[in-house]
Amino acid sequence: MSIFPYLVVVWVAACGLYGIVTSRHLVHQIISLIVLQSSTYVLFMAIGFRTAGVAPYFSDIPRDTLTVDPVVQALALTDVVVEAAVTALLLAFAVQAKKRFGSVDPQELRQLRD
Amino acid sequence: MTPRARLVLFLVGVSGLVAFIVWGLAGVPAFGRYRGPYGYLVDALAIHQTHATGIVSAVNFYYRGFDTLGEEFILFVAAVGVATVLRTLRDETEGSPGADDERAAGRLATPTSETVRTSALAFTGPVLVVGWFLTTHAQTSPSGGFQGGVVMASAVALVYLAGHYVVFKRISPVDLTETVEALGAGGFALLGIGTLVVGAPFLADVLPLGAPAGAVDASGTIALISFFVGVEVVAAFVLILDEFLEQTIVVRSRR
Amino acid sequence: MTTLEVLVLVLVGAGAAVVVATRHPVRQVVLLSMYGAVLMVLFLVLQAPDVALSELSVGTVVLPLLLLLGLAKVGGSRT
Repeated sequence: MSIFPYLVVVWVAACGLYGIVTSRHLVHQIISLIVLQSSTYVLFMAIGFRTAGVAPYFSDIPRDTLTVDPVVQALALTDVVVEAAVTALLLAFAVQAKKRFGSVDPQELRQLRD
Repeated sequence: MTPRARLVLFLVGVSGLVAFIVWGLAGVPAFGRYRGPYGYLVDALAIHQTHATGIVSAVNFYYRGFDTLGEEFILFVAAVGVATVLRTLRDETEGSPGADDERAAGRLATPTSETVRTSALAFTGPVLVVGWFLTTHAQTSPSGGFQGGVVMASAVALVYLAGHYVVFKRISPVDLTETVEALGAGGFALLGIGTLVVGAPFLADVLPLGAPAGAVDASGTIALISFFVGVEVVAAFVLILDEFLEQTIVVRSRR
Repeated sequence: MTTLEVLVLVLVGAGAAVVVATRHPVRQVVLLSMYGAVLMVLFLVLQAPDVALSELSVGTVVLPLLLLLGLAKVGGSRT
């Protein structure tokens, strides 16, 4: 039963991949990419968790309390904010694709290129 | 390749991928039995070495400060990329946003209701203060430059909701936003180089650490780096928001 | 594993499936905002308040705002 969080991670990643492959609208594809990225955040948190551990902030608890891993939290924290900016860049490409080719269907865009 | 064939190929591929990932994750220590030594080491040493009680921020801006510098540059480049990709092209014109800007752009948008306007106006000040608090308290509690910057950027977005696009443009002209963003990213990098100049390793903590652990002026460079990161994140998101709003409201095709 | 953790993990899995299965982009943006809120609850349960704060401000406010602005320009009424 303790493998359940990792199964959820794999399920979310597979959902995101399915959305990207079978998408008919560029913004739908971008949102599926966001879901795929969120599976990595869940993986980080699941790896660093410790049963009966508390959040790693010692401003109000004694110094030798058992905490969860602070390193993976630092990684996931910057990850969340930076991926939002990269998503904005992808969205800008989608806007330009609509202006230039008149369509936001990824499968139509592929044919227009030829 | 027909969509049906693509779907079948995808299902075959993803089942193989899932099998491999589950096989790999079955060898990871069970959920809740974290064994790694690095987390415990950081917990034991961080308060003494940096006088910061927020261990996650200490890891972000001191122990792994170089990674955070790289991520901040990703943010910087993404914002500049959005501004470049959405520049006005040759066959477009920039109409002037008048008082009826939403309707003039050809969008059938209903006028903003008074409830939205009033509540957005009422919340702008408190949200800005909360964002500033988060940016300057990285070393004490769950806060930091990244979160505080995003909260402050949403306060600026509230200004657009509360009024017209013209007001939003007046408080965030593109030159000012880009300068502030460059100052934030450059400040972080220069702080790292400054520590090299005084003879310590890159991004070491060379400022006075401050006496009680977790005070507002404690932990030397960590608070300063968090401040610069907050400034840069605000400017990046306001720039991105500005570009998208400009596309929707102002830029119109000449054809 | 406590019941709370299992429940929130099941909600995350269901939320991801629902977000991907919705084809209409504007509805998908609203569902993405709710999925961000569920993720935030998961991060709180796993003792990570910093990450929960980031996910709340980014996934519930900033990302749906940018996506809706992009959709207004691109047109999101078709599939």
